[in-house]
Amino acid sequence: MSIITAIAALGGLTLLLAIMLIVANKKLYVYEDPRIDKVEDMLPHANCGACGYPGCRPFAEALVFEKSLPGKCTVSTDEGRQSIAEFLGVDLGAEEKQVARLACAGGTNVAINRAQYVGIQSCQAATLVSGGGKGCFWGCLGHGDCEVVCDFDAIIMNEHGLPIVDTEKCTACGDCVEVCPKDLFSLQPISHKLWVACKNLEHGEAILEDCQVGCTSCGKCAMDAPGELITMKNNLPVINYAEGHNTQEPIQRCPTGAIVWLDDNGTVVKGKESRKIIRKGARSLGNS
Amino acid sequence: MNTESLGTIFLNACLVNNFVLAYFLGICPFLGVSGKMETATKMGGAVMFVMLISSMCAYGIHAFLVSIGAPFLQLISYIVVIASTVQLVEMFIKKISPALFRSLGIFLPLITTNCAILGVALFQTNKEYGFLESIVYALGAGAGFTLALVLIAGLREQLDFAEIPKISKGTALTLFIAGILSLCFMGFAGLGA
Repeated sequence: MSIITAIAALGGLTLLLAIMLIVANKKLYVYEDPRIDKVEDMLPHANCGACGYPGCRPFAEALVFEKSLPGKCTVSTDEGRQSIAEFLGVDLGAEEKQVARLACAGGTNVAINRAQYVGIQSCQAATLVSGGGKGCFWGCLGHGDCEVVCDFDAIIMNEHGLPIVDTEKCTACGDCVEVCPKDLFSLQPISHKLWVACKNLEHGEAILEDCQVGCTSCGKCAMDAPGELITMKNNLPVINYAEGHNTQEPIQRCPTGAIVWLDDNGTVVKGKESRKIIRKGARSLGNS
Repeated sequence: MNTESLGTIFLNACLVNNFVLAYFLGICPFLGVSGKMETATKMGGAVMFVMLISSMCAYGIHAFLVSIGAPFLQLISYIVVIASTVQLVEMFIKKISPALFRSLGIFLPLITTNCAILGVALFQTNKEYGFLESIVYALGAGAGFTLALVLIAGLREQLDFAEIPKISKGTALTLFIAGILSLCFMGFAGLGA
């Protein structure tokens, strides 16, 4: 008997509440621009935040109301952006594709460890223990936090423990920039081919003891570069991309290969001088 | 029946047995929406409103369930009522203030699963409060929740500009503050029932 009471009581109660909610839904209906839903459907639903908005829906709202431009979405395909632009009747606002670049070339084959880290395999954790044990304090630790954090499988650790960015898959969402405890990643327009793959601030050749491809701040690149293309700052060359000189010349002048040329097909071109010192085998732990 | 005065019931729910800092109920919004003073007060208001409505409904439902001899339906009915009330509040806020709706974000629908609200409904039934007492109890609990939220939001706003060790920034610091605040509220222990 009590089961019937229970069903009746609960059924009645829920029915009552349902009716109340239906009425409230009608009375309190908020008009939303139907274009928002459609634009949101056209976006990739990655919610990565690369556009500068918290997610795809806020970006869709901004597209409809604040005249933000679809080109800001770096994840969507060209056709996807084009169709949104046509749907809303706005400019595409194309921005140049950006990719994440790593400012370190010191894999295990050229850079040594001063201590062996055996804790949790994570750069963030390793950094807390005296900087992670790598000889070069500024260099990549190679535990692959960036590979883990990348939602688009664009980062893969190579055999020397350096992350390799797949420029096709990279959407410039900036997750790897944030996660790297050494701040080695930055987002760069893909047309910036000349790249300083080193971040050590040490002056002179002392760094070569720890890493054979480190920048020795010799300044040869800055001296020979056309115009103001390269200047030395904090013992590192700084490339002024606004100069527009996309020349491979500086990489030939670099004695260690700290300046590289990143080709479209993903290969890293190094100068003749530096090619010599890239060794075949991995370096052993400890002093060499 | 119980013999406490309405003032005692209010103070009891608000300070002595503060839902957040003494009972540790409703910790989720306590940590989640306490970043800014403005949203904290509004969240407090929304929770207080839901507590009030669900407390009144809980009183009615309890009387009804006892009369048909099915008090075992208490818990499930309370949950249904609270969920519907939150839905209603959500629609209401979306209509009245879209900005507040956006700043409360996911925490607004999460009031549904806020144990502090179910706590109010269950405690008042356990303590056998009358209708008026229930309302005062819910208001006290809501005020206490708002108080806790405002206290921690104020501290967090100040600490945003303070120099603190990097390792304790963010959630860790919030938990420190929450613990210390809770210790402070232990000073009220024993004053009420």
